[in-house]
Amino acid sequence: MKTNEQMIQVDEKGFYGKFGGAYIPEMLYPNVEELRENWEAIVASPTYQEEFQSLLKDFVGRPTPLYFAERLSDSFGAKIYLKREDLCHTGAHKVNNTVGQIILAKKLGKKRIIAETGAGQHGVATATVCALMGMDCTIYMGELDIKRQRPNVERMRILGANVVPAVSGSKTLKDATNEAMRAWIADPVGTHYIIGSVVGPHPYPEMVARFQSVISEEIKWQLLAKEGRENPDLVIACVGGGSNAAGAFYHYYNEKAVRLIAVEAAGHGIHSGKSAATSVLGTPGILHGSKTLVMQTEDGQVIEPHSISAGLDYPGIGPVHAHLHAVGRAEFVGVEDEDAMKAGILLSRTEGIIPAIETAHAIHALNQISFNPNDLIVINLSGRGDKDLETYIQWGNY
Amino acid sequence: MNRIDYLFQTKKERVLSIYVTAGFPKLEDTLAVMEAIQAAGADIIELGIPYSDPIADGPTIQESNTQALENGMSIKMLFNQLVGFRAKIHVPVILMGYLNPIIQFGVEEFCKKCKEVGVDGLILPDLPMSQYLEEYKALFEEYGLFISFLISPQTSEKRIREVDENSNGFIYMVSSHAITGAKSAISKEQEEYFERVANMNLTHPKLIGFGISDAATFQLASRYSQGAIIGSAFINAIANSSDLNRDIQTFLEGVLSEKLV
Repeated sequence: MKTNEQMIQVDEKGFYGKFGGAYIPEMLYPNVEELRENWEAIVASPTYQEEFQSLLKDFVGRPTPLYFAERLSDSFGAKIYLKREDLCHTGAHKVNNTVGQIILAKKLGKKRIIAETGAGQHGVATATVCALMGMDCTIYMGELDIKRQRPNVERMRILGANVVPAVSGSKTLKDATNEAMRAWIADPVGTHYIIGSVVGPHPYPEMVARFQSVISEEIKWQLLAKEGRENPDLVIACVGGGSNAAGAFYHYYNEKAVRLIAVEAAGHGIHSGKSAATSVLGTPGILHGSKTLVMQTEDGQVIEPHSISAGLDYPGIGPVHAHLHAVGRAEFVGVEDEDAMKAGILLSRTEGIIPAIETAHAIHALNQISFNPNDLIVINLSGRGDKDLETYIQWGNY
Repeated sequence: MNRIDYLFQTKKERVLSIYVTAGFPKLEDTLAVMEAIQAAGADIIELGIPYSDPIADGPTIQESNTQALENGMSIKMLFNQLVGFRAKIHVPVILMGYLNPIIQFGVEEFCKKCKEVGVDGLILPDLPMSQYLEEYKALFEEYGLFISFLISPQTSEKRIREVDENSNGFIYMVSSHAITGAKSAISKEQEEYFERVANMNLTHPKLIGFGISDAATFQLASRYSQGAIIGSAFINAIANSSDLNRDIQTFLEGVLSEKLV
């Protein structure tokens, strides 16, 4: 038993230790059961794999490079590799999951796709694969986010998606997720809901992690080719809901010598009241169908988090990350808005890569953790900064 | 005997349950609204515990939740308001709420308080039956709290039988693929579903909810079950009320009217 408890692994009820499960209204039970019973067999089937692998290669552009960042390495005094998810089609890792899920939806006979989006990256990745497959697509997005992320809204519309504003509650990502769940309740037979992160009811957290696990799968063989070893000393990734981190950590969960660094958005400071550092501020609770760490009031009402990066301001983290935190398998670091912006500029000027502001948090974490000069570090460069140009311009300190 | 069982033993048809969000429209309205619902002839009061993220509810109930939270409602406040309510309210009272605020309050403490003030049952839409059986069944039973599970048109026959086995009092029958407050006439397809479930000869009575809003829908639901639950339409009726007693009376007279519609 003891070894099992130490293994990072989902159990058959969808729990990672104390976190996970499927806390959903009965109206969603048949949908979630249908997925739970079928997804693994479908994904393992040769016809699925053939289509999936072919799209990852020719449509997404995988494998993405594992790039040795020489000048960044020099400035931090370690050997740093960047896993270039920013080079994926649509500009971030999100598309790995949407490609995986849309083939699954097709095999399940679904006609219509819905998804939630915060900053719009997952919405764009979903609209993209729906266009590819000729499927009807509706994206739920908080009314406030629609105003803040205009270019991504228009990208989704150009791709043929219907963007529906979520006008309830705080009118941001968590409310968009609520609306998507309501839409799923309203059409449980014909609709598949593509959740964009390792959150939601079981089997979503594990399923999304599996689709993103291609990231660490590639890191392993790429590192072997470049360094003669599969395991780095550290893997660093930013965490909002945590899908890119889950993908980058996945094949290292149970490699105890590899330090896993999960980087959260500390906003104006962890205890400033304007932060999204769920591992510090969150307490166990239920959010969007799973038990996890949740930023909430004493009365159990969900709090609206803050981060300068729209992809990290989620009031929870995926249950697997709550578990990694609880058992001490991952180290959690909070990076503030200002520091993340500076790290974004640093990467732009040392390596010629303008990162997404989410990713910039992971870069800055190098200043906040200890490591040895000969350590081999892999940072998951989850997305590119094109979508954040307006934020960089408004910040202006470059 | 639990008041819910007693009700269904003495009244076999046209049982009407009214949902209202606690602390709505104003924080201090909870008890007055309950009294008016009872006086106007409803059989059960379903009190909603407001939550920031009520995923099974439509816009009307969501807004009432937001309003109640802004008014300052919380579980703690609700139990304070409910102290001594049994001096005035004799109909069964059910608390409906999402799991998270209850977990934060403490599930055992919650059950204890329910028993103390005189709450009869619970409806917890995001508590899965399996989790209930594993974690909470013994506790709810210890404090004499009934729980009603939901079924929907998608629920399999096998699962409906499980719901029947594990529910107390009554089964909450969701009328359609919908969140609360979906407004439309009841379709042929829904009637077929009502009939299918009616023919299953379940042990527990059923109340049909979601989309029930007036005398016509109440009468139709009552043809296939022991009665119905009205939420959003009631919330709309009191949202901007300047005279709660009058408006609640008028609304319920309309719903309970036996005139053929």
